[in-house]
Formats: sequence, structure tokens, C-alpha cells
Amino acid sequence: MALLEVRDLSVEIATSRGTGFAVRGLNFALERGQTLGIVGESGCGKSMTALALMRLVPENARIGGAILFDGEDLAQADEARLCQIRGNRIAMIFQEPMTSLNPVHTIGRQIAEPLMMHRGLDAASARAEAIRLLDRVGIPEARRRVDSWPHQLSGGQRQRAMIAMALSCGPDILLADEPTTALDVTIQRQILTLIGDLVRDSGMSLILISHDLGVIAETVDSTVVMYGGMAVESGPTARVFAGLAHPYTQGLFAARPQLGQGAGKRLATIAGVVPDLVDLPAGCAFAGRCRLAVQACRVAPPAPQDLGLGHSAACLRLDAAREPAA
Amino acid sequence: MTTSGGWLARALRSGNFLIGAALSGTLALTALVSLFWTPKSATAISIPHRLTQPSGEFPLGTDHFGRDVLSMLMVGAQNSILVGVVAVGIGATLGIALGALASARRGWVEEVVMRLTDFSFAFPAILSAIMLTAILGPGTVNSIIAIGIFNIPLFARVTRGSANAIWAREFILAARAAGKGAFRITLEHVLPNIASVLIVQATIQFALAILAEAGLSYLGLGTQPPQPSWGRMLNEAQTMMFLAPRLAVFPGIAIALAVLGLNLLGDGLRDLFDPKLARKR
Amino acid sequence: MLLWTAIHGSHGIAAAIPREPIAVQIAAGAGVSVFLFRRFLTFLGTLVGASVVVFLVLEVLPGDPALIMLGTEAQADTLAALRKKLGLERPPLERYFDWIGGLVTGSLGMSHTYSVPVANLILERLQVTVPLAAMAITLSTALALALGLYAAARHNRPGDYGVMAFAQLGIAIPGFWFAILLVLLFAVVLGWFSAGGFPGWGDGFWPGFKSLILPASALALAQAAILSRVTRSSVLEVMREDYVRTARAKGLTRRRTLIRHVLRNALIPVVTIMGLQLSNLLTGTIIIESVFHLPGLGRLVFQAISQRDLPVVKDVVVLFAAMVVAINFLVDMLYAAIDPRLRLHDD
Ligand SMILES: Nc1ncnc2c1ncn2[C@@H]1O[C@H](COP(=O)(O)OP(=O)(O)OP(=O)(O)O)[C@@H](O)[C@H]1O
Ligand SMILES: [Mg+2]
Repeated sequence: MALLEVRDLSVEIATSRGTGFAVRGLNFALERGQTLGIVGESGCGKSMTALALMRLVPENARIGGAILFDGEDLAQADEARLCQIRGNRIAMIFQEPMTSLNPVHTIGRQIAEPLMMHRGLDAASARAEAIRLLDRVGIPEARRRVDSWPHQLSGGQRQRAMIAMALSCGPDILLADEPTTALDVTIQRQILTLIGDLVRDSGMSLILISHDLGVIAETVDSTVVMYGGMAVESGPTARVFAGLAHPYTQGLFAARPQLGQGAGKRLATIAGVVPDLVDLPAGCAFAGRCRLAVQACRVAPPAPQDLGLGHSAACLRLDAAREPAA
Repeated sequence: MTTSGGWLARALRSGNFLIGAALSGTLALTALVSLFWTPKSATAISIPHRLTQPSGEFPLGTDHFGRDVLSMLMVGAQNSILVGVVAVGIGATLGIALGALASARRGWVEEVVMRLTDFSFAFPAILSAIMLTAILGPGTVNSIIAIGIFNIPLFARVTRGSANAIWAREFILAARAAGKGAFRITLEHVLPNIASVLIVQATIQFALAILAEAGLSYLGLGTQPPQPSWGRMLNEAQTMMFLAPRLAVFPGIAIALAVLGLNLLGDGLRDLFDPKLARKR
Repeated sequence: MLLWTAIHGSHGIAAAIPREPIAVQIAAGAGVSVFLFRRFLTFLGTLVGASVVVFLVLEVLPGDPALIMLGTEAQADTLAALRKKLGLERPPLERYFDWIGGLVTGSLGMSHTYSVPVANLILERLQVTVPLAAMAITLSTALALALGLYAAARHNRPGDYGVMAFAQLGIAIPGFWFAILLVLLFAVVLGWFSAGGFPGWGDGFWPGFKSLILPASALALAQAAILSRVTRSSVLEVMREDYVRTARAKGLTRRRTLIRHVLRNALIPVVTIMGLQLSNLLTGTIIIESVFHLPGLGRLVFQAISQRDLPVVKDVVVLFAAMVVAINFLVDMLYAAIDPRLRLHDD
């Protein structure tokens, strides 16, 4: 049995202009010690998926489907049970290190908090553990830094502190929602390396969310490509990148910035914008921007087509997509 | 953001605005009517009718001098509005001028104006009124001056804050490039753009002025008899509390409704002027 | 007069008032010692300015204070005697420095009507006003925080609407009318409290305390109404912060998140408004003490006006102004306690 199995997950959001699905019909599984990447453009529902796994979606959102964690359906769990799991067995780090730490508590105190709550440590041993964790995530002079306030740390250091906090209780799953997006390029690499090392050392599973295909390709075992709240393509990372079956994945790949690209060469972009969740089209969400779309694409969301070895893509025009673009 | 319908449509859907406008309108109308007509005289003393219970002749009864309470309340509205309008007028005129000046000149002018407003917080309206009364004696004019002075720094601060935001905008740059002076830019571009903030501010200051006037009249530092005022009526009612407790009820309700109405109107106007803020709350 | 800031503060227009210098300080990267030192200078400057204004208004502007105190029909020799007694023949500047020197050393003038040192009068009256204000502050703050948190936790549900309606009413109802209604109910109808007066602290704690309960409640109403609005909107604002989501992701319950991560951050604007409101509460004692016939500082200054006892008016008004300024200074220091970004740090 997989450590985490997500079945037909949906997140329905009530807005002032009606309700819409930020996530729908999402399926994936994650084995213990495995790493999974979720990739997609801004607004495609990546964060909403992660928050749904933690059952921390905004108040105006409703979750549907099943989230089987170690055989237990988190979608049905009550609040008390969820509080035992959050930060303890599933931990999360966020995109914004600058605002994700509480400015009025020292980082030591914030790291010690889950330890005291979930592990029952007393203040002194929680502090000692916090120092060890800060040291582990590569913050120099951890003994002194443990008493720092968040505003005294740089962005990279804060993200390290966030990681220390997430790691504190030795979770089974680490959810990292764009952990490096807000950081300098040089720091990004360091943080990703750190996360990779930690995952390897501790044997925990990782769900890494990113809009950066390069990061995903290097870091995770399997990949889910999301668009309009749905998985358009998924499978082992190597297969997905080798195949690039879905037109959206192809577009995303063509649009990625590359090192050493000639200055004169323009970056390819996918024409059009992500549809708003309230007026998602009835058919394939990508149809409006897809150069291969036909009438059938707009009728109903296409079912995933099995491409073998766990690789699948939800597209009616896979054959056409395989031919190189004119 | 969706705004189906215009300003008026939104106004008609805003509970705050409707209730506030209705109450404030009633206040203004009452004061206006009382200028020409009241059920009875608000000042004529009639000992045979003293402390009569509410009846067809005296809907809210009479006080210990036999004066008709309803008529006194109606005329009292005049007093509240007069003090409110003049005090807020003084505060707004001088305060907006100072604030706009600080914003247009920046530098040491702004520093001086802001330190002056800081400093004026040491003298809440009651303290200023007490000092003025100590040397000039009590009266409506003195309470108006005290409340007006108190209003100046409030308007100065709000004006300067909002005006500074406008000065940073691009169309101001364009106006400057066109060679317009600071004075003209203030008149033509800055003030019209912060008018909504100032209107809301004025509405709320109006409510506060009514409260302040009532407090001063209650203490005997404000409006003097025989001119009826709500605060004074409460003062007199307190001495009659065991005989006619109802006398202590009506003027208070009048003050509370007037203040409530203006505050709701202010809230409603702010929501209408700034729908973003309204949705956020 | 009681509520302007809160009404604005609660909607953010004026919330930035005392915080602006702080922001400037942070931007400049200055330590808190500089911040507090500058605030202290402002504090002293405001005190001096307030004393100058009081002196100008009460001693210089009127021309002849003795004439005001005795009235126009006073005999020429009585006037001369009073002028001499008050030292009015000396130049204003000298009189000002004498007065300030007296204020600093505690040797104030003599009351004209009571013929006792003003300092004694003030000390005696402070025994009523200080406990009264302290009770009102405690009551209103406790009530406001409880109501504000409750309303925020019940955002857009009936409990929230109830608290908001209470706040609107509490702001609109004049404190002295509420005081009269309290007297009507608890003294006239129910007879649980006396309608006014103060037995002194001589008979022990309870009788004095009991006589201050209704006045303190009346004073607290407007304050509680305003602060509960500010608390509510501040808590709602903070609940949207990323670090609150972080706390929930760590497994904290809603309640614990509210107390450990939301409340302290939400207090910052609440304290701002509280500082500004406390000065209104302090001057509110002047009216409330009149309603309940309490022999406090407010009653003293009020009586002094009717008796044209200018030395008393001058000293008490300056004392009130000083207390208002001091409270705002204390609030600045409270910021530093709440917000570590303002605290002195070594790097
Ligand atoms: N509180 C909310 N109320 C209404 N709609 C929301 C809310 N939060 C998110 N959404 C909508 O849900 C959709 C998915 O948002 P989500 O944050 O999951 O995107 P994302 O893939 O994480 O994007 P990004 O890369 O920008 O983080 C978006 O269309 C967004 O506008
Ligand atoms: Mg996101």
C-alpha cells in the first residue's frame, strides 16, 4: 500500500462570482521514501492541492475525494486528528520565507513548538533539538542564531529555519510548495540541494511543487503536470521528460528559460492565459490555448491515456502532438 | 471585482448607508422644522403643567418647568447641528489647509505641522473647553471654538496622509512637467482626489462634535439656558431622577440616534467610495 | 470627542499615526534606543509646549487674571492684594519659570478658594481619579479583547454581528448618559449601589471600590466598543498572514494559533488606538466624576472653573495634559515590548 494515495481529489472554491474548482479529479500515489513533483503555471491549483493534503484550504473552499495517508482517509478526519498529523507526520514549507515566520517569536521558539507539542519535549530539550536542527540545515552559529528574531535573518536563512521547523518531528512526508521561488538563484540551488540531502538521509517522502521544469527534472522520481486544476500528464520523471506527450507539457518545456541561450533568441511562450476557475471550460481546460484543439476537445474533459510504464496523459490528440510542430 | 450597477445602486443595497442616511436626514429635517414650528413652545415655563406624563397634548411629557419635552428635543437638534457644522467647518478649513500645505511643501514645513498636531493631542476637547471657559465664561461659541480647535489636527493628519499618496502619483508628475505650481496642483488635482476621504472624515467628526457638545452642555460649560440643548436636558433630568426618570431617557436617545446615524453614514460612504476596503472587512 | 481615532484607526486611515516614526526608524535600521530616545525628547518637548500653552491661555491672554478671578465689580484694593498674592506684578517670563520650578519640585501654588496648597488638593483627588481610570482601563481592555477575539473567530456569523452592533451602539451612546442610565437601574430601581458620592478609602477597600464600579463601567463603555472593533479587524487581518498558516501546518489547533500566534501581532494596532483612547478616557473622568459626584481631579477642575480659581485650573489642566502625553509615551515603550523588530539588538 502506498504511503499516500490521492483519489479523485477536488477543491471547490466559493467566490463572489460563483463557485469553481481549483482542483478536480486529481489522482496520484506516493510510496514511502519516494519523491513526487507537481509542476504547472501559476494559478493551476498546485498550492491548493498541497493545502488540501494538509486540510488547510481557505474557509471558502470544500474538499472532495479521498486522501489516503497510511490507509486513513484524511479527507474525512476530524480536526483533532488532523492536528496530530500536521507538522508531525506531514510537514509543509511555503513559498514566502519572508512572511511565513511569526515576527514576534524567536526562530528557536518557533522550531521548538512542534517538538513540545507532538514529541512532548520540555522547553530545554526542545531548544537543544532546535539548535541541532538549525545546525543540520546549515545555519552557522546555530547556538546563537536560535535566539534570533526572523527579521534578523536573510531570506535564505529563513527558508532554512522553515525547513528545520518542518523537519523537527521527522515527518513521513515533506510538502514543499515552491520553496525557492522567492530566493536568489544561487540560494535556490543551495536550498534544493539541502532538501534533496535531507530527504535522502531521513528516508521521508517529498512532494515538491514548482513551476520550474528544470528543478522538477533534477529532483523528483515522478512528476504530475497540472493545468486548470487537473493532472494533464503524469508518470516517472524520466518518462515524462523523454515523452513530452501532452501539448501543454510541450509548451511548458519550450517556454522554459535556458542557461546560455543566445541573447537574441526570444523565449517561446504559450499564447493565452490560464482560465479563471469560475468559468473553466466544459472540456479540456487547455483547449482554448492549444494549437491542436478540435471540436471533441471542448465537449468533455479527456480521460488519461496510458502510455505505458506508469506514464499517462489526458489528451485526445496525443498522436498529433507527437509530430514535431510545424 | 464586480460592481453591478452604479453608485446609486450600491448605495441602495448598503444597509449602513441607508440607515445612516435616514437617521441623519431625520436629524436635519427635525432641526429645520423646529426653526418654524414646534408642537409647543420649547422655552415657555408653565408651572401648572410641570412633570406631566406623556399624553396627546405632550407626547413625551413635560419637564420640571412644565416645558414640552418633544419641542425641547426638536429645538435641541438645531443646537447640535449648529455646533457640529461650525466646529467641523473650522476644523476642516484650517486642518485641510495645513495638511495640504504640509504635503505640498514637505521638508521642514511638513515637520513643523506634524509636530504641532502631535502636540495638540495633549489637549482633548474637554481640556481646551475648560481652559476657554475659565477665562471667557461658558457658552455655545466657546464650546464651538474648543471643539473646532480639537478638530484641526485630525483633519491636518488625514489630509496630509492622503495627499502624500496622491503627490506620488504619475498624473501629478505630468502636471508639474506642464509647469503648474504646487498651489494649483493642490487645488486642481490633490484635493479633488482626496475629497472622498475628507467627506467620510467630516461625517465622523460631525458625530463626535455632537457627542462633545452634549458633554460640555451637560457640564454646564456649553450652551446656556434657556436655549434648549440635549446635554443640558440630561443634566436637569438627573436632579429629577427619582421623580421623573423618563426625562433622563429621551435626550440620551436623541444624542445616540444622531451619533449612530452619522457614524453609519460615514461607514456607508466609505464603503461606497472604496469598495475594495468594504470587501476586505 | 472620545472616539475619533478609533473610528479611523479601526479602518486603517489613522492607524498609521504613531507608527510612522517607527517605520522610519526601522527603515533607517536604527536600534530601539535611538527610537525611544527620540520619543523621549518628543515627550519632554510636548510637556514643555503644553505648559506654555496653559500658561499663555490662563495667565497672559486674559490680561489681568486677578480681574477674572474676582469679577469686574471687585474693589481696587482687593484686586491689588490678589495681584500681589499671585505675584502678577512680575514679568510673565519670570512667573512662568517660577511656576515650572514649582511643578517640578512639587511646590504648587495656593488655591484661592480653599486657601490650601494646590498640591494637597491634587494628591487628595488623585486617590479617586487614578483608581477610577485604572478600573475603567482594565475593564474596557479585558472586555474589548474578549469581544474582539470572539467576533473575529465568528467572522460573518451572528456572534460577529452581535459584537459589531454592540460596538456601534457603544460608540454612539454618550458615556455620561450611560452613567445616568446605570444610576437609574442600579441605584434608583434596584438599589444595589448608591447614586453617587465616594466614602473614601478610610473604611477599607470595598466601600471605595464599590462606589467606583458604576463610574468605571460608564467610562469603559465607549473605550470597550472602540477597542473591540479595532481588535476584531486587527485579528482578522493577522489571521490572513502567512505565519498563521505556518502555525496551523505545525499542528496547532485553531484556538492555540489564535492565542500564541495571532493575538500578540494583532495587539500592535490595538495598543496604538488604546494609547490615543486612554487620553480620552482620562478626560472622560471629568464628566463622569460630575455625574457621580466623585471628589476626583475632574470634579476639582470643574469646580475650580465655577469659582474662577485660576491657580487650581492651571495646575490641574497641565497635570491632565502631562498624563495624556505620558500615556502616549508609555504606549511607545509598550510597542517595543510587543514587537521585537523595535527592540535593541546587537547586530
Ligand atoms: N482564497 C481563495 N479564494 C478564491 N480563489 C482562490 C483562493 N485561493 C486560490 N484561489 C484560486 O485557486 C486557483 C488555484 O490557486 P493556487 O494557489 O493553487 O495556484 P498555484 O498553482 O499554487 O499558483 P502559484 O504558482 O501562483 O502559486 C487560482 O485560480 C486562484 O485564483
Ligand atoms: Mg502556489
